[in-house]
This record gives sequence, structure tokens and C-alpha cells, in this order.
Amino acid sequence: MDLISEDKLDEMAPVEKVRFIIDEVKSGKILVLEKGLTPEEEANLIEITMSQIEPDDFSGIEMESYPFKIDNSLFGKLFKKNTIRTRLTVIGPANQLKTLKRDRNLISALVSAKE
Amino acid sequence: MGVIKSFKSNFASLFKKLFNKKNARIGIYGPPNAGKTTLANRILRDWTGDAMGSVSHIAHETRRARRREGVTIKTNGHSITLDIIDTPGLATKIDFQDFMREGMEEGEAKRRAKEATEGVIEAVKWLENLDGVILVMDATEDPFTQVNVTVIGNMEARSLPLLIAANKVDLEDSSPTTIRDAFPQHPMVAISALEGKNIDTLYEEIAKRFG
Repeated sequence: MDLISEDKLDEMAPVEKVRFIIDEVKSGKILVLEKGLTPEEEANLIEITMSQIEPDDFSGIEMESYPFKIDNSLFGKLFKKNTIRTRLTVIGPANQLKTLKRDRNLISALVSAKE
Repeated sequence: MGVIKSFKSNFASLFKKLFNKKNARIGIYGPPNAGKTTLANRILRDWTGDAMGSVSHIAHETRRARRREGVTIKTNGHSITLDIIDTPGLATKIDFQDFMREGMEEGEAKRRAKEATEGVIEAVKWLENLDGVILVMDATEDPFTQVNVTVIGNMEARSLPLLIAANKVDLEDSSPTTIRDAFPQHPMVAISALEGKNIDTLYEEIAKRFG
């Protein structure tokens, strides 16, 4: 399991971040992202994951994050674009990470060794 | 009153033609088996007389996004014309063995899984081209799924309207209040798309949110 700091995530462009995550998860790692991903990055990660699925090899990812928080700034209201605060996120191979229970502020998960 | 209403309706239609205003594009999103196509079928049957697509208890029955243009919904004196997009169920994993457990042959299961992955990609791409989303959740399931969190986040980031349809309230173990408590910042209507329960309330909310 790798715990990725906010600083390391900030160094990467969105496309690099998604590529890094998918490569690491495909190699069997479980990642804990201190800062999490933006909603657009999450959607992009789902899209790339789907393109990587192979029968008998890789069936996808398990991703666990808390609901996003919105910063209701004046800028956001003026330009109709909200600033989203991303939150801690755990991502791993679907066959190794399983969500047991989750609510607004608690994620309970089961991690197993590679099949 | 009837004359005024008719004048307003004609004026709105003329305005639309003159300025070529496009209909709002509303996507029906949610996890697999939440009842998205059942809801799309219900809306189309009520307002156009036909259906959007087939439904099944096996997940990922809808594997291509379907778009229906110009669906006019009339409620409480308001009229709204929408383009409705029924999208494949969003997921972060698709395992062909899940389809085999439903009784499919290996080849068919692998083909369905492949098509399902393409469907998810299509659904994600549509997110960037919408004016609003009806997020369908199965009211018998835990609402805090990653798919729900991601779709809601994408709408919030773009400041686009979102309406939650807590579906399957005809089932005994449904709990729409769990969904309301999970995402209190968004309007929610408890419905049964299958039986049509509360569907008029949903139409009123659609007109209010997307009009």
C-alpha cells in the first residue's frame, strides 16, 4: 500500500495523475491519496479504467472517497463554476479492495492479498 | 386565461425558432440496475407514447447511450421540452464472471463485459455535454457509492442542476430517507419508475429544476 502525499499529487498534471494511478493499481498496489481527485479526474479515471479492463487479467478498480465539499466563493457564484475541495481517497484493484460500509465521514474496507 | 396561456406558448415557440434555442440536454445517470431505462421508458411512454429501450434484471442491459430529442413535459401549467439521454450504468469495475453467474455462456459474458466497458466510457463522455442530470439511485441500496459521489461532484463542479430520483420505493426494504440524508443539498423525489408511483411529483420537479 502506498500513501501518496498532497505535494506529490500537486506536482502531476491531471493526465499524469490518472496514468500514475492506473499503472500502480494494475501492478497490484493500493493507493491512499492524501488529497484525492477532482470530480473531473475521477470521471477520467473511470474512463481510462474501462479501456484497460481485460478478461482474466484486470477487472477494474475499487475507489473510495467521501462526498466532495464545495467552497461557496463569490468567484464561483459569478462565473458559475464551483471550487470543489477534494478529500482523502483510496484506490485499488477490484479483486483486492472491497468496500464494506461507507457513509459521509467513514469508509470501512477490506484489503486482501493478490489473487 | 386560456388565451393568455396560448399566447405565451406560441410566443415561446416563435422565440425558440427565431433564436434557434436548443432544448436542455438531460442525462439519466446512475449505477447499473438502478432503473434508469425503466424511468426513461416511463417518461417517454407518458409524453411521447413509445419507449427508450429494453430492461433486464442482469446488470448492464443498456450498453449504448440513447438520446430522444424534443420530449415535452407539461405540468401545473408549465411546459418544458428536453432532449433525454438514457446512459449505460456507470461502474468502476466490470467482471465477465458476474454475467456467467447469471447463467450466460463464457463467450456471451465476455462480449457483454466488453460492450459494457464501452458503454461506461460513452456515459462518462456525455457528462461534458449535458445541461442537467437525473441521478437514479436504488432506494434499497447504500447511496454512498463511488458512482453517485463522482456524478454529483461533476455536476456541482459545473454548477449544473441535479435531481435525485430515489427509485424502487415499491419494494418493502426501500429507504428513500437514507438517500435524502446522504445528499441533502440536492432535491430528491421518491419514485417507483416501474409502477409510476410519485411520477407526477418527479415531472413537477423536472420542470422546476431544468426549465
